[in-house]
Amino acid sequence: MKKVKYRHSAARLVLLSVSFIFSINAHVIAQDSPLSENEADVQETVQGPEESNVEAEASGGDAAAGKELFNTLCAACHKLDGNSIGPALRGVGERRDSEWLHEWIKNSQALIASGDEQAVAIFNEYNQVAMPPFPQLSDTDIDNILAYTNAPKAVPQEKQVVGGDAAATGGGGSGVSTDVILGILALVLLMLLVILFLVNKTLRRFAAASGVELPVREKRAGKPIWKSFVENQFLVILTSVILVLVGSYFAYGYLMQVGVDQGYQPIQPIHFSHRIHAGDNQIECKFCHSSSRVSKTSGIPSLNVCMNCHKSISEVAESTATEEYSKEFYDGEIAKLYDAVGWDVQNQAYTGETEPVKWVRIHNLPDFAYFNHSQHVEVGGIACQTCHGPVQEMEIMYQNAPLTMGWCINCHRETNVRTAGNEYYEKVHEELTKKYGVEELTVAEMGGIECMKCHY
Amino acid sequence: MSSNKKYWKSVEELKPNSSIVETHSHKEFVEEIPTDEFLGDKASLEASTTSRRDFLKYVGFSTAAASLAACEGPVMKSIPYVVQPERIVPGVANYYATTMADGFDFSSVLVKTREGRPIKIEHNTMGTTGANARVHASVLSLYDNKRLQRPLANGEVVSWEQFDREIKEKLNAVDGQIVLLTQTFASPSTSKIINEFSQRYGNVRHVVYDTVSEDAALEAFQARYGKRALPSYDFSKAETIVSIGADFLGDWAGGGYDAAYAKGRIPQEGKMSRHIQFESRFTLSGANADKRIPLTLSQQKAALAALHGYVTGGSSSNNLPENISQALQSAAKQLRSSGSGAVVVSGIPDVDAQSLVLSINEALGSQVMDTANPRMLRQGNVAQVKQLVADMNAGQVGALLIAGVNPAYSLPFANEFVEGLKNVDLKVAFSMKKDETAMLSDYVAATPHYLESWGDVQFTANKFGLMQPTIRPLFDTSQFQDVLLRWSDNNTSYSDYLKQLWEGSMGSTPWTDALHDGVFEGTAPGGNSAVTETAAAGAAGEGAVGAGSFDDSSAVRNLSSAAAGEGLELELYTSVAMGSGNMANNPWLQELPDPITRASWDNYLMVSRIDAEEMGLENEHVSNGALNGSYVNLKVGDTVLERVPVFIQPGQARGVVSLALGYGKKEGVQREMQVGVNAYPLYKDFSSFQNVTIEKAGGMHEFACLQLHTTLMGREDIVKETTLEIFNTKDVHVWNHMPQVSLNHVETPVTSPDVDLWDGFDRSVGHHFKMSIDLNACTGCGACVIACHAENNVPVVGKEEVRKYRDMHWLRIDRYYSSEDTFHEDIEKKDNMSGLGDSLGQFKELEVASDNPQVVFQPMLCQHCNHAPCETVCPVAATMHGRQGQNQMVYNRCVGTRYCANNCPYKVRRFNWFLYAKNEEFDYHMNNDLGRMVLNPDVTVRSRGVMEKCSFCIQRTQKTILDAKREGRAIEDGEFQTACSAACDKGAIVFGDVNDENSRIAALSEDDRMYHALEYVGTKPNVMYQTKVRNTTEA
Repeated sequence: MKKVKYRHSAARLVLLSVSFIFSINAHVIAQDSPLSENEADVQETVQGPEESNVEAEASGGDAAAGKELFNTLCAACHKLDGNSIGPALRGVGERRDSEWLHEWIKNSQALIASGDEQAVAIFNEYNQVAMPPFPQLSDTDIDNILAYTNAPKAVPQEKQVVGGDAAATGGGGSGVSTDVILGILALVLLMLLVILFLVNKTLRRFAAASGVELPVREKRAGKPIWKSFVENQFLVILTSVILVLVGSYFAYGYLMQVGVDQGYQPIQPIHFSHRIHAGDNQIECKFCHSSSRVSKTSGIPSLNVCMNCHKSISEVAESTATEEYSKEFYDGEIAKLYDAVGWDVQNQAYTGETEPVKWVRIHNLPDFAYFNHSQHVEVGGIACQTCHGPVQEMEIMYQNAPLTMGWCINCHRETNVRTAGNEYYEKVHEELTKKYGVEELTVAEMGGIECMKCHY
Repeated sequence: MSSNKKYWKSVEELKPNSSIVETHSHKEFVEEIPTDEFLGDKASLEASTTSRRDFLKYVGFSTAAASLAACEGPVMKSIPYVVQPERIVPGVANYYATTMADGFDFSSVLVKTREGRPIKIEHNTMGTTGANARVHASVLSLYDNKRLQRPLANGEVVSWEQFDREIKEKLNAVDGQIVLLTQTFASPSTSKIINEFSQRYGNVRHVVYDTVSEDAALEAFQARYGKRALPSYDFSKAETIVSIGADFLGDWAGGGYDAAYAKGRIPQEGKMSRHIQFESRFTLSGANADKRIPLTLSQQKAALAALHGYVTGGSSSNNLPENISQALQSAAKQLRSSGSGAVVVSGIPDVDAQSLVLSINEALGSQVMDTANPRMLRQGNVAQVKQLVADMNAGQVGALLIAGVNPAYSLPFANEFVEGLKNVDLKVAFSMKKDETAMLSDYVAATPHYLESWGDVQFTANKFGLMQPTIRPLFDTSQFQDVLLRWSDNNTSYSDYLKQLWEGSMGSTPWTDALHDGVFEGTAPGGNSAVTETAAAGAAGEGAVGAGSFDDSSAVRNLSSAAAGEGLELELYTSVAMGSGNMANNPWLQELPDPITRASWDNYLMVSRIDAEEMGLENEHVSNGALNGSYVNLKVGDTVLERVPVFIQPGQARGVVSLALGYGKKEGVQREMQVGVNAYPLYKDFSSFQNVTIEKAGGMHEFACLQLHTTLMGREDIVKETTLEIFNTKDVHVWNHMPQVSLNHVETPVTSPDVDLWDGFDRSVGHHFKMSIDLNACTGCGACVIACHAENNVPVVGKEEVRKYRDMHWLRIDRYYSSEDTFHEDIEKKDNMSGLGDSLGQFKELEVASDNPQVVFQPMLCQHCNHAPCETVCPVAATMHGRQGQNQMVYNRCVGTRYCANNCPYKVRRFNWFLYAKNEEFDYHMNNDLGRMVLNPDVTVRSRGVMEKCSFCIQRTQKTILDAKREGRAIEDGEFQTACSAACDKGAIVFGDVNDENSRIAALSEDDRMYHALEYVGTKPNVMYQTKVRNTTEA
């Protein structure tokens, strides 16, 4: 059974009903649950460790400049720690002779051809993949790079969650202050009540002492109020009408959210973070979900697509880890991918043993509803986030939109068709704009809310 | 004139006081809602303590509880590829060209695959033969639940390695001949492989066996032209076609001639071909003919001899009845005047007859017949098959390898074959099913379906087709050619072998192009033609030059003297749905109604009305309109076939009864589909003409016949027809009259907006889809019906439900009979009578309208009325009109009141009485995982209780529109297609956007022949029909 995060609980219903009675607001049922719980987690303000640790070494060479060069030229095949296409480079300056290194970097193939033993050995060790020559690098550049690689491995520091802290204190501060004020007010009110009671009591005592006769309220021999209410037919009818109306309103609201899985956030077999991919690294959605350009499905990327990058990215950067998820956790998830696709990290080769990943499907349309991604994404030019929400901020993917028919139709009524520059629309756009006397056509005006455009 | 004729769908309607017809024309539904059945036993109901109110309370409570409990949806998994194949994009269909060749049907096809699954067959417009209903249905046979999944040795599952090893050992040690008994492969590469196999083992004989034989035609052709082949015909060039017993629109000579035929049938510039059919049973060809003369089988032979005389010599002496003789004379006259546009074809299973046909066509100088580039699709050799069975019984056969045929079921002398099989040491069957022959074999090699196989097919001498797999084999199968290669110690795979063989022999076509197109022209490589050539026996080896040099006199003599034997004559034929019976386990085909009889799920003995009356055989309609028929026992020679149901067929020649082959299969066929009787034991000497004696048997058979369903209900003008003469000479309104209504005492056409109840909408903006169906080009073949099933996930409901008129066909082909053109022809008939005996019979015929009716086929589907009666009555607005002209049906909104079906004048809406998918009660393809793989993922599988109907294939039009939008271009004419219009290789169904002024459909909507069915109802349909024109011009 699905676990839907923001399903209305009974308590929520009560709360809603209370708020409804006070503010007859038609939009209470609209499902716009705030996602505040996760927001704090998502804010990532961790600083990278390297900057603080890397200091210009005495051996000469500017590690900062070296880092820049390393990231542009070397990082595609080398990592500081751990083998990739080429060997790990941390401390390479200590392992190898500097002159040899210079020669190798400038033109490794020439060095191999010359029969240099070390060069041939390393060439063979790494599957005879030739390293491209870098004649454009000056000696200084190479020194800079080496300086960067020679920096000792950063000791994972305590994360400086300065921003987070600040936000927490800030947010907490305002929360506390209102609470305090409210508390004080309540206390004052309570005290006033107590004082009033005490004053009253004292006055009575004074009166008794001074012999003043207090007028005693006569007990009226009338009917109790509930009895008169019951006898007042108008009131009874009015109340029952109101009760029925309110009841049906909530029953309707409850039933309408049956089968609506907005906020559905299942645990996936691999913890894939859209935040890291689409957010931090700004990978375009359609880079992986490529079939959304041509097909009705956006397509869950096949694992070979993952491996295009993850062949050389076997671990996340320190900076990627968050309070909630450590670097080890993320690296473990990448290892799950390797297991599934059958990638042997040690030997940098496929084993051929694969195990398809069984993702839990989040966005489910009923069988009788036809939806085509390419129509919206490619033809309509709609951003993925319009329906899927801020995916680039989602650590765990969830269903952002209710995916109800009303939600679809609403958008079709409000959105204009992107006709510009599309020869298909030329004639029909001209004729329809004339007919309706408008500049731009909405999807609905184009016939986009006809039943059988989506139900067949 | 169009409206003077009386049309009828069933003989029952011709009876003046038929209570059944009367009730049916007033009834909303064929059946009352079965409340009694639903409520069950009345007594126990009344005894129950639960009152109606209590019951409702319980129901209400449990429904509410159930729906609340069901609020949580199930968790769905989504599993991507580990490594996605480059060409597959989930959600996008790929098309591959391949060739179907199962020994009976040969066709170039396009296969639509989704996520690697073939889901639909389209006909390949580049191919030489069209695709019939069986070809379209063949995709479902790929997912047949009864398929053999692994090789078997003595009934045990074995690995292929073991299988190969054991058989190779036995082949090496075999005592006696090794015989390959195969279907017609028509495959040059297979011929070569068999040759190599022969060389490897020596003492190998290859016997080709066609289940339904064309031996006579092959023999005649071989004697004259030296090639064991059949002449090719191009009926689009024909001006006059005379057929004597040849159902060339059906399966005659390999079939596939209907598309070219239909081209010549559409009147252009006042001309169309004339088709005269002499035949015994009512065939598709007879139904499409301009003139149809029923005659007995022995008369067919005499008629052919006489025609030969009339064509070559101008005269002939014969003792045929006068009307036939005259028809022959006039046909001969017409043939002669048409010259090279004339052609005679015949289906008489007799070498003399087939030889005469060749002579006649040569004498005429026919350009329609092509002997230089003959057809290779039938290779069976009757003499060799007989010899083989004799050898088997004599113990001379050491090993028998059977591929693609099921002789234990289909041989006329199957018993002898089974006996002989006991003398064979090694029996290997290559089969997709555990069929009758496989049951008797030691080893069964599981073979793949053609959609999983490689191959090549030689259609004609220079036209070839390639077969390529469109899916990885579903099971552990290996195709015949691969196995044979392995047994010949050749380690090449068949796919490589095929490629190597053809590279260089394809002329200028590269291999990949040929594979892409599926067809190519070339010559068979290295003399490995699919047929072996022999020297021409006669002098006429050089083809048509030798006209007349063949001595026809003995043939004429033999044929003229052919006398009717004792009793009745029996004609065995193949039905449109089942063919030779290869796909008996295909529910689509079982439920496809025969175009003429409209009966499904059965074969039956077709008997003429007069014969039936004489023998006391009956057909009767029970109260719900379903048909029952008597049983008879058939006796041919010493073979008796018991309890064959009788179907009284109008137009059946007196003295002839007909029975379809291909039914009654028991092994490898699901119980529900083991229907009909096996007629192969009567197929003596592989001749479709037999003499038979009949005796009535007890009991009545229940047919699943749609004959009386959806009667005309007293409505006229649903079909319009005229003659070529009137069409050419008279004004449109004479033969295609627009109905008028009176408005202020002025006759106004019903299409005028002034007389309409509704306001019209502006339909000039955007697309507006219309469909045109040409009644002249439609031959009734049924390919569109099956294509519609495949495209739209139309369920199969089974025989019992069809009998209750609950078939779910969105598209049906209505068949209307009409008697000959009113009085005119009756008078002619009276004048032509000669002799007392003759006239007595014929006077009787005159009184009965139904003895030689004319036929009009009318594909009937939702007419997508612009003023649709169904839309106005739906209480929940589940059906409404789209801007593009479709009448839309929304399943998820439908509550099943069936008001719409009631209000539909065309009776095209279908109600889901049950859940047909995943329901044990309907154990057809939708009830197993394998069969469900054929479902089209773009179309909803409907549930119980909703109405459904033709959607104008909106999923296809939407796809076309989306493709154009994505590519930013306008849509060209011809891009919009529905499943039926794409399947119709005759071009009878044309679909398109009428707002595109240059489109074909726009031109057709302005055509003089255009009319709407039931125009006067004022529904303004978007489906148009083109008036049928008959060429009644006598020479």
